[in-house]
Amino acid sequence: MTKIFMTTTCLAVLGLAQAASADTLRLLTWGGYAPDEVVEMFEEQTGHTVEVTKSNNEEMIAKLRATGGGGFDLAQPSQDRIMGPQMEFGIYKPIDVSKLNQDLFIPSMLKATMENTTVNGEVYGVPHVWGTSGLVMNTAEAGEVVKDYTDLCASDVAGKVSYRLKRPTLIGFAFAMGEDPFAAYGDEAKYAEIMGKVEAKLIECKANVKTYWGGGDELMNLVRSGEVTAAMAWDTGGWKLNEDNADITFVAPASGALGWIDTFVLPAKGQADDVAYEWINFVMQPEISARITAGAGNFTASAGADEFAEDALKAKYQASFPAEAVDNIKWYPPVPAGLESIEGEVLDRVQAAN
Amino acid sequence: MRSHARIGFVLLLTPLVLWLGLLIVIPHIDMLLISLRERISFGVYETSTAQYQKALTEPLYLRTFWRTAVMSVLATGITLLIAFPVAYYIAKMAKGRLQQVLFMFCLIPFYVSELVRTFGWMILLRETGIVSNLLQWTGLADQPVEMLYNDAAMMVGLVYTSMLFMVVPLVTTLESLDDSVIEAGYDLGGGGFSVLREIIIPHAMPGIVSGCIVVFMLSLGNYLTPTMLGGKDSLWFTEMIYNQFIVRSNWELGAAFGFMLLVLSSVIVWGMLRLTGRTLQETMG
Amino acid sequence: MTPDLECADLTKQFGETTAVDNVSFAVPPGSFFSILGPSGCGKTTIMRMIAGFLDPTSGDIRIKGKSVLDTPPNKRPVNMVFQHLALFPMMTIAENIGYGLRRQKTPKDQISRKVDEALDRIGLPGIGGRKVDELSGGQKQRVAIARCMVLEPDVLLLDEPLGALDLKLREHMKIELKALQATFDTTFVYITHDQSEALVMSDQIAVMNAGRFEQVGTGQDLYYRPDTPFVAGFIGDANRWKGRIERVEGAVLEMRTETGLAMRATASNDLSAGDMAEIFVRPETIRLAASADALADFDNQLQGTVTSILFNGAASRVLVQDSVGETLEVTLPQSGEFSGLHRGDTVHIGWGAAQAICFGGGA
Repeated sequence: MTKIFMTTTCLAVLGLAQAASADTLRLLTWGGYAPDEVVEMFEEQTGHTVEVTKSNNEEMIAKLRATGGGGFDLAQPSQDRIMGPQMEFGIYKPIDVSKLNQDLFIPSMLKATMENTTVNGEVYGVPHVWGTSGLVMNTAEAGEVVKDYTDLCASDVAGKVSYRLKRPTLIGFAFAMGEDPFAAYGDEAKYAEIMGKVEAKLIECKANVKTYWGGGDELMNLVRSGEVTAAMAWDTGGWKLNEDNADITFVAPASGALGWIDTFVLPAKGQADDVAYEWINFVMQPEISARITAGAGNFTASAGADEFAEDALKAKYQASFPAEAVDNIKWYPPVPAGLESIEGEVLDRVQAAN
Repeated sequence: MRSHARIGFVLLLTPLVLWLGLLIVIPHIDMLLISLRERISFGVYETSTAQYQKALTEPLYLRTFWRTAVMSVLATGITLLIAFPVAYYIAKMAKGRLQQVLFMFCLIPFYVSELVRTFGWMILLRETGIVSNLLQWTGLADQPVEMLYNDAAMMVGLVYTSMLFMVVPLVTTLESLDDSVIEAGYDLGGGGFSVLREIIIPHAMPGIVSGCIVVFMLSLGNYLTPTMLGGKDSLWFTEMIYNQFIVRSNWELGAAFGFMLLVLSSVIVWGMLRLTGRTLQETMG
Repeated sequence: MTPDLECADLTKQFGETTAVDNVSFAVPPGSFFSILGPSGCGKTTIMRMIAGFLDPTSGDIRIKGKSVLDTPPNKRPVNMVFQHLALFPMMTIAENIGYGLRRQKTPKDQISRKVDEALDRIGLPGIGGRKVDELSGGQKQRVAIARCMVLEPDVLLLDEPLGALDLKLREHMKIELKALQATFDTTFVYITHDQSEALVMSDQIAVMNAGRFEQVGTGQDLYYRPDTPFVAGFIGDANRWKGRIERVEGAVLEMRTETGLAMRATASNDLSAGDMAEIFVRPETIRLAASADALADFDNQLQGTVTSILFNGAASRVLVQDSVGETLEVTLPQSGEFSGLHRGDTVHIGWGAAQAICFGGGA
């Protein structure tokens, strides 16, 4: 009796495992990076199925960490979040770049990303979507006052300001205060000192903040309703709001916008690597990339996709980024281990301050 | 025959044991083990109580911990104060259809998810929201009023979320109180207050205690309401746990927080039972 | 002497229904007064109005001569023993009995003294520390009475308190309740649908039907001299015949039943020949005889066949079918004379006109 029961259990477990067949691509990504039409086109062309799970950096890493890199076949964390977690938890597997059509990538971006995601001589990530974060504001109401992150603390915009309580805010404020946190990445003591200054500034600034936003929709709501006139946010958020209200747009701060690149990585226990490579090669085609840009609002690392991008988006991009602002973008280098706990404690203390 | 009975027993017991073991016991043991280690360098961990020391010495964590506990107790108390008259009206004063309708009214908000309910409160209370506009329209305020992102808004959300879980046990126990016992209380010279204190409340005690335990646990473990309605000052312990686990990838400290929360809720529930002289068996059985 | 309780023209309407219809009565001090009626007759409504849980639509309630209409239930000098006793399950016996005293702000030492006294008087000393559910039905009953009596009310109301007890205990409690009433020397107003409870305990009984009092009187009055057909039918058993009056000779009249029998009876009110009427005859007033000769003195005589013998000790009965096919109940005499009676035996029965009461309007 017991034997039968055991056998049944084993069969059931095997059955469950079987369900995730090699022809299914389980994609862990951001909202907008895998639009339905693109997924449909891919499925039609290749016969594979794609299961999309939407997430963010922290949750992606937490999910992969919980399963030791299982449950998904392809993930898209930001490039600065690959080296540390890989060294710590070993949740990714190396990418065989030879299986990718490298001509599809903007060469400089591919090279930089590969360098930033190399651990023990193995490459773990290739670039996909990139963008910046800076200031989203109602230029009519706050344009005069807010030129940089620290201007969010000005009394003229008191109670009408919002930002996230996450690491981009710390980095942004540090740059705006004249520090260079990226240069201090290698020096924990120096970094802690910079963060100490940022902490003091953020605590002082807390009274000015309406609320710390958590999700993109929440922020859009706050800005659209006029409750918030200036916020730290992504470029695409500002451009989207711009369609509804011409006064609202994305502004690159004086100290420079923060540039990020979201990548493709293979989770350590992924079961459909070949499909994953196929997917990468598919979405990096200029026409497909243009569709993703249209959906997500962000540009991709696909070479030549610019030609297919909408003119309206290009215009917004150019308005937000004059030539010198593009040169001034601060690209996130990989985060060394240990820094995040310093940042975490700073953020906790800011949250708790009165 | 006997061996058949035993197989049946084993078969019946297996799902329960599997469920308890796989989904409750083992994860908790794992959590305990995680909370008892300290990261030395990449992939190297040592057993230590450093996480607990950190949690118990860092003023921020302690403050959040106690604040969460006190606010949950307060939310439980307010919920009880509001739910008791409601439950009494439903159980004792409303009759027939009205009783069912009122009970449904308590239930309907729970047809939608907590997220939607919380958004509802945000729409009402925000600066450009309904209440603010109403106040301006009636002339009670001359500029938009922000009612979100403070402790009061958080408390409103917590009480609202917990209401049903207090009303249901109260209605059940109050319904079992014979009307003639209340009448006897009046007949023998009792006033409204003394009947309430000496007869109705002692009778409703099992419902009050079980309602309070459930509401307290729900408030303590709530994540959405405090973060969404409390805004920048929410400072809720579950938020800290989430941050440690997901945002900071610091599972060790997160697990230690989790255990502290478990101990806290156990202690407070135990205290509540002690205070009312009841056993868990009486209350939940 | 002022009555302890007096109700004057008491009326209670619930919407269109009249539950209590213009009822008046007075209960003298120290007496045991019962209201007897079938369920739904309005007796509970009267009691709840006296206790103060309902307001009368019109009329007045006076206790010791003072109207209590404006007095809330917790201030009225009446207390009530509820149908299911309504002891407080969350309190001990002593706390139950002391509840009312605590409400009166009696000092603690006096409360415990009075509670002990009350427990002594109901014959249950030393049970003060027990829980309610540790007591037997009869003990709870006594505690419920003691709980009221410590407050020394002017009137004690009892709402069918014996209903939940089993038969044997009920018989016992009837006697005990009467004794308790004597001990406490308080006016009891007792409502019940059980005639035997009312007959055994009461000094005065009001028979109630459809919101009205049919008759108020002692047990004997109601049993032997019912005023209305309802009382005659409700109290005790009776054989009944309907018919038309043929002749009236002073108090005695003769009626022809629907089945064609001629019967002589005593008129309870003014009746004349031609009126429709109903005759009631109690089983124990009918004489049983082996031959017609022994019944020569009786006004009414019949011959019949025994169809059934209902043996019930002292209350044994015989069912006799007469020549026209009607079945009569006749009490079996305890003399042993008829111990040999069998089913199918022919018997003669007879009763006097004085034992047969006739009411008009039985059509």
